[in-house]
Amino acid sequence: MEIKMKKKNSIMRSIAAAPHIFWAILFIVLPLIIVLYYAFTDSEGSFSFENIVSLGDYAPIFTLSVELSVIATFVCLIIGYPLAYIIAKAKPEKQRLYVMLLMLPMWTNLLIRTYSIMAILDDGGFLNTLLGTTMHIVGTKGAVIFGMVYDFLPYMVLPIYTCVSKIDKHMWEAASDLGCKPIQVMTRVILPLSMSGIISGVTMVLVPSISTFYISQKLGGGTFELIGDTIERQFVTGALNTGAAISLVMMVLIIISLTIMNRFSDEEGGIIV
Amino acid sequence: MKIASKIYLFLIFGILYIPILTLIFFSFNSSNSTAVFTGFSFRWYVELFNSPETFVALRNTLILAVLSALISTVIGTAAAEGIYRMRSKLLQTAINSVTNIPMMNPDIVTGMSMMLFFVALAGILGITYEDMGFTAMLISHVTFCLPYVILSVLPRINELGDSLSEAALDLGCTPLQAFFKVKLPNIMPGVLSGMVMAFTMSLDDFVISYFVGSSNFQTLPLLIYSMTKKKVTPDMYALSTLIVIVIFVMLLISNFKSGKKVEKKRKAGGVK
Amino acid sequence: MAKLIELKGISKSFDGEKVLDSINLYIKDGEFITLLGPSGCGKTTMLRIIGGFETADEGGLYFDGTEISDVPAHKRNINTVFQKYALFPHLNVYENIAFPLRLKKLAEDTIRERVEEMLKMVKLAGFENKSVSTLSGGQQQRVAIARALISHPKVLLLDEPLGALDLKLRKDMQNELKTIQQAIGITFIYVTHDQEEALSMSDTIVVIAEGEIQQIGTPTDIYNEPENAFVADFIGESNIIDGTMLEDKLVRFSGHTFDCVDGGFEKNEPIDVVIRPEDVDVVAPEAGMLTGKVTSVTFKGVHYEIIVDIRGFKWMIQTTDYVSPDATIGLYIEPDAIHIMKKSKYSGMFGDYSSFSDEMDRLSDADAAEEF
Repeated sequence: MEIKMKKKNSIMRSIAAAPHIFWAILFIVLPLIIVLYYAFTDSEGSFSFENIVSLGDYAPIFTLSVELSVIATFVCLIIGYPLAYIIAKAKPEKQRLYVMLLMLPMWTNLLIRTYSIMAILDDGGFLNTLLGTTMHIVGTKGAVIFGMVYDFLPYMVLPIYTCVSKIDKHMWEAASDLGCKPIQVMTRVILPLSMSGIISGVTMVLVPSISTFYISQKLGGGTFELIGDTIERQFVTGALNTGAAISLVMMVLIIISLTIMNRFSDEEGGIIV
Repeated sequence: MKIASKIYLFLIFGILYIPILTLIFFSFNSSNSTAVFTGFSFRWYVELFNSPETFVALRNTLILAVLSALISTVIGTAAAEGIYRMRSKLLQTAINSVTNIPMMNPDIVTGMSMMLFFVALAGILGITYEDMGFTAMLISHVTFCLPYVILSVLPRINELGDSLSEAALDLGCTPLQAFFKVKLPNIMPGVLSGMVMAFTMSLDDFVISYFVGSSNFQTLPLLIYSMTKKKVTPDMYALSTLIVIVIFVMLLISNFKSGKKVEKKRKAGGVK
Repeated sequence: MAKLIELKGISKSFDGEKVLDSINLYIKDGEFITLLGPSGCGKTTMLRIIGGFETADEGGLYFDGTEISDVPAHKRNINTVFQKYALFPHLNVYENIAFPLRLKKLAEDTIRERVEEMLKMVKLAGFENKSVSTLSGGQQQRVAIARALISHPKVLLLDEPLGALDLKLRKDMQNELKTIQQAIGITFIYVTHDQEEALSMSDTIVVIAEGEIQQIGTPTDIYNEPENAFVADFIGESNIIDGTMLEDKLVRFSGHTFDCVDGGFEKNEPIDVVIRPEDVDVVAPEAGMLTGKVTSVTFKGVHYEIIVDIRGFKWMIQTTDYVSPDATIGLYIEPDAIHIMKKSKYSGMFGDYSSFSDEMDRLSDADAAEEF
């Protein structure tokens, strides 16, 4: 009797979470189960490995997507870390200004940003008109990578900035007091301490880059197909089973890489958005 | 060193802003080119305001964003309180990880899974997919907004701890009164920022809407997407310019507010 | 003992506000020296200039006779124990302590040996693999000390290192720090606002207020012969009374003429008289040199603390005999209990207990602690 009371009590304690739990099961977990179902059935609804097996054909697309998004993420990190560091070390009122300058493009719709780059870089676009040249940029890998970097750079900078600005200012002094040259202060102390920011930055750039379809459509000039494009094509043509199978594989890939990355950051790391 | 970092900031922000500035620039073009500027005009703005499509999309987007922000804020805030009071650490972690799935998952996978879910649901209910147009969209938006609300409310609740609620209970509040009269006002900043976050996420979303949406419910991002499918005329630039300006104003306001808060704190705490 | 560090005319301003005003000070090799002063007096800035984290606007800083103002912190043979320890959260205890040796690329064996030795000295043997964030304040403190000492610096700077610890731990750490300093025999420069801490640990105390040195001396000198009203009030409790020096060894205050032991003042020079509360004997009114009315009595354990109104000036007196409030008592003061100070800009600001209450005392302590 008493045990029952206790149990009831502990459920009552967290009753406020009930609508959310209900919602999450219905609209997060269930749809994923349906993806799983579609991935392992054919269009008639009978069980089949066909979709998964046929994914071998998409291997080059997967490779290309990984290649482009990894390069883009790396470039974002190389450009973004110094930017985040400079912002974190600026005066407080300047910091607010810079963060706002980063937020504006971030909150501007991705479609708009991507399209405007395309309009600039296109064969008959603003850049070529301005310079009177006939450079062919849109349709190259470089253009797609540039698009990813341009679109997702703020997602790299903001978490690193947050992380660096939280580092105790005595860390710099302690490192140099104990004998670090300026460069060693960075490599030995500050970089390791900003690891959690770097990891969330990398995640926040890698995930949308690897799954994008708009950037490759516009800046790839129709010459590239990335995983995102493939899923979108299956969706448009109604090949939902294959689409589900590709989505499933992508999700698994991302879960694996997130887990590996989280290993690098210790307990306080985690993913901070 | 100082100069080098100034140059670096200038360079990166320059590159970040050039596309947005060209877009604004060409929205005032008198011809329909987005590469050659032939003269200043408001032609595209006039055209934009004359198209009923734009207004329908704008109205839809706002309705969707407001509703999904409100619903996700209510469910999410309650959820945060519930999760906080949960005794089992394991259950807490489990719920948090499930909640965060739409945030960690690529939008395209979330979109795909939602779409398949609604296809199946329509089948079961014996209705057409189009019948669910708005409802499907709203459910999807609430789903991906929820983690942002919980993520901004939960830390506030953790920070606040139990002492205030306990004091309220001690002074004669019922648990419900304690929550609404004492706890909620104190976690309000978190709730509000979660709501703003949800609102902007919904406003900005293209991928999930693209997968879940049906032709009878157009939002602004979907409209922009269909505009950029063909050769774009500057009316899309005009629309984008207006969006950028609205975002800029919103950012200025929030920045001004947080700036004031910092100032107040500094004054209150004395100069250190 | 030779001069190890010398500050010559060091001045420093922040945003136009002078924090240090032409400081001259030398620090001898192997001494435990404390920079003591209220918060905001410039003592931490002084320490940071010596450590190489700030540069003085004017003046010279000499280490073993060489000017080192332009030597960066990592090249100075001076290490610091920071206020909040500044341990590296990404490294465990062992790696934190080994950090300076790793930079010097010493052999693994040597590093292990020296880290173990340090751990033993700070009584943390066995803590090697612990994460620093799981340690208590006192343990973090020890790691910080070990890390700062492992590269055998000539000088250790300690910036309010015990500020975050509770009272009991503070006392233990005070003894331990003193023991460590005596064992390794290097110079410790210690910054604190706690006068008790300064008195019990230091060889030399430098009292600082408003960016200027008020007095340099041994703890007994500073306590028994404060140079001005600020020092007298800041170190321990003092009654500071206006007086006139009639001639050598004869002083008049509170309407009575006293024999004293000080001299060397002009005839009839106005001076400040310091009398410590414990140096006053309570006697019968008719036997007293002064008489007054008791306004409050507080039991303090080892003694009573009483406030006595003598001609409108409130004195604090510590006595082991109970006196009842409102009683009229006599006071007897020995000649060597009277200390005479020259007038200074601090005269008249301290030493009257008319607004004194325990609560006020505690409040101002909390204020001082809050800054850290």
